Amino acid sequence: MTLEILYFAWLRERIGVPRETVETNAATVADLVAELSAREDRYALAFSDLSALRVALDQELAEFAAPLAGVREVAFFPPMTGG
Amino acid sequence: MEIRVQSDPFDFGRECAAFGAGRQDIGAIVTFCGIVRGQDQGQLHQMEIEHYPGMTERALTQIAQDAQRRWALSDCLIIHRYGPLAPGEKIMMVATASAHRADAFAAADFLMDYLKSRAPFWKKETRADGSDWVAAKASDEAALTRW
Repeated sequence: MTLEILYFAWLRERIGVPRETVETNAATVADLVAELSAREDRYALAFSDLSALRVALDQELAEFAAPLAGVREVAFFPPMTGG
Repeated sequence: MEIRVQSDPFDFGRECAAFGAGRQDIGAIVTFCGIVRGQDQGQLHQMEIEHYPGMTERALTQIAQDAQRRWALSDCLIIHRYGPLAPGEKIMMVATASAHRADAFAAADFLMDYLKSRAPFWKKETRADGSDWVAAKASDEAALTRW
């Protein structure tokens, strides 16, 4: 499947791009993270502590164990600091 | 209910005056305005707010709808800015209106707690010695358990 992946805040800076399109067969978010981390060091470093990160699937907050079936947009970011 | 996500400044006084104007069913309005704090661990030069276009509007709408389910609100307004902001600039505001004050106070408090940790905004502060992303506080996450 084709996924649009978005990165925000320090994660965007560490990975070096705000978004990218990825072809993957990952079943869950955690599988996708493992796949990206295996690709290049900058991903492995950025994703080294998942407890410091949040994920949204099609613009809804989700868990790293969530399945990717039917998902088009995945966003990774640090905990939000609005207000 | 109105949600606005914008880079432009807003006129807090004018928004307050217009909110709920002309309605006979409102007995109380509570407003909150968040401001860029210039002096806090050294002089701040700039605050940059990044957001997730699309998800931001969706998350704020969900938070406001949740508030409307929990309290008897006559109306609700959220304005949140993004982009570079200078010390003293207004970042965001919420306004809630209800027949009696308890609902408006509680809903405004709830909106702020949820906005802090469930709306996709991130703050980056620039000081003389460089720039840093603001870390989320455990106390902000803990505040959600109040509701």
